[in-house]
Amino acid sequence: MTAMTTATLPAAAGRRVGLGATLRQTATLAWRSLVQVKHNPWELLDLSIQPIMFLLLFTYVFGGAISGSTGDYLQFALPGLLVQNALFYTLSTAIGLNTDITKGVFDRLRSLPIARTAPLAGRILADTFKQVWAFALLVGFGMVLGFRVTTSVAGLLGALALLVVVALAMAWMSVLIGLKASSPEKVQMIAFSTMMPLTFTSSALVPSDTFPGWLEAWSDVNPVTHLADAIRGLLIGGEVAGPAGVSLLWSAGFVLVFAPLAIRVFRTTA
Amino acid sequence: MPYAIEAEGLVKRYGETTALDGVDLAVRQGMLLGVLGPNGAGKTTAVRILATLLRPDAGRAAVGGFDVVTDAHRVRSLIGLTGQYAAVDEMLTGVENLVMIGRLLGLSRREAKRRAGELLDRFSLSEAGGRAAKTYSGGMRRRLDLAASLVGRPQVLFLDEPTTGLDPRSRTELWDVVRGLMADGVTVLLTTQYLEEADQLADSIVVFDRGTVIASGTSDELKSASGGQVLEVRPAEEDRLDLAAQVIAEVIGAAPEVSGGRVTAPVHDPAVVPAIVRRLDDLGIVASELSLRKSSLDEVFLALTGHRAESEPADHDSADHDSADHDSADRDKTGRDKTGRGKGDRGKGDRDKQEAYA
Repeated sequence: MTAMTTATLPAAAGRRVGLGATLRQTATLAWRSLVQVKHNPWELLDLSIQPIMFLLLFTYVFGGAISGSTGDYLQFALPGLLVQNALFYTLSTAIGLNTDITKGVFDRLRSLPIARTAPLAGRILADTFKQVWAFALLVGFGMVLGFRVTTSVAGLLGALALLVVVALAMAWMSVLIGLKASSPEKVQMIAFSTMMPLTFTSSALVPSDTFPGWLEAWSDVNPVTHLADAIRGLLIGGEVAGPAGVSLLWSAGFVLVFAPLAIRVFRTTA
Repeated sequence: MPYAIEAEGLVKRYGETTALDGVDLAVRQGMLLGVLGPNGAGKTTAVRILATLLRPDAGRAAVGGFDVVTDAHRVRSLIGLTGQYAAVDEMLTGVENLVMIGRLLGLSRREAKRRAGELLDRFSLSEAGGRAAKTYSGGMRRRLDLAASLVGRPQVLFLDEPTTGLDPRSRTELWDVVRGLMADGVTVLLTTQYLEEADQLADSIVVFDRGTVIASGTSDELKSASGGQVLEVRPAEEDRLDLAAQVIAEVIGAAPEVSGGRVTAPVHDPAVVPAIVRRLDDLGIVASELSLRKSSLDEVFLALTGHRAESEPADHDSADHDSADHDSADRDKTGRDKTGRGKGDRGKGDRDKQEAYA
């Protein structure tokens, strides 16, 4: 047994993990999160059906009432739905992390001679892939229903890039929630009770000028409004620089506030 | 390196609660140390410190000669950890779980697969290897979990209540696996609430209660150190059981235990035995069974802690009861949920529960 040890395993670990090894471990852990999708069709459904369901519901149920025609509404709402979906999805990082903690998988990973950051980085990497998938799916399905990107491919890629940047900034908050929450169910509740009002009181799904004054005032400062406006601008034309700038500022603010907190909690729990 | 595991004066506090209050441990290479203790005694906290998951507030510990705090990474390359909960990714198949660990440890894809196959074989999981772990039975999950901790061929293995919640058959199977590992020269630290488990597997035993080591030695040493021997009398006629108990109570000056048609009493002075026999004879009580034996570990435990250890996995509740251990580690999220109290309070709550057991 001991002889085999030296034959099959790399030499005893040094004091630290090198960058190459860290990246490899991160990739392995990202693979782990993605291969789950293969075994859990429900997760895949969750990931694919929910945005599509939202898309169909909003377009055909509310579309006519809001914009006069479903086609017009689809054109207006799809960018907002992309934002809503991306924001919701950032919390899947929290749910996955929290599940790992409650199931003991997190401890197992922490007891291995791997980079401390790999479990977090791997998960975030995987969730970023899933974000891209959901984006492609929603845009693709929207196009089947009649949505048209009226700007350019660059606009489309820009929108994706902006959403990914915002999602990565929010990942810090997600990590913090994942580390602190008492159960995955609770994370889901937090997600629902914060993201739902945030997106609904923004210009993501309806033009905010029909809101009562106080709500419109709120909507104007709501970061989701700016993000939705930016994505809309990138996909169907309109102002981009202003709202995108505000969104990036918000993202920076998020990182500044939540990154230190998340790191501190991660250090003490981990 | 005379000791594979060494700890000196480990202290871990959570607010008001002291989970560990100066614990010393030493395990020689290739030996199995059984850490025995009730829920909330600090067993899991000690394991988590030794496995580098938790920093001690005071004291030091080394595994394989490396300090668990300053040289944590090296310690991690030597150890394997299997906790109370089977820490496997339920969404992944058995093979994938093991391949993932192998890849994380730097094996090539092919090597990782081969190693996974080897381990699944060894733990009789080959057939289930392609199925998601969530479809496994409790015993299978535990075996997969143990296999996962062996991918890196650890020199030191921490088994934290590896059989809690398992049915007797799975438990015996797991014991066989542990014996196999011992034969490979692996050093094992095993925590358990089950005396029988410690008795079966351990080279030496330490008994934890409320964060301290209250006794240590081999199973035999512990048995003879605390309270000597046990007298058991089974009257031939069951209706004379109470009378026999009365006689024994009078002679030894303490109330004996009566259960299962038998009177059991700790005996410190062997001279009481002839006296008891004489009295029984005078009263015409015929004993179908009369024996003097070394105390069982269970009795040792009772003598040491004032309460009995659980002899059977009570129910799934036991995971909850252990919350002090886990809370300490900030892990038992459900416990926190239920009580909604702070950490210190929870520790106390758990202690109350323990006393209720006694």
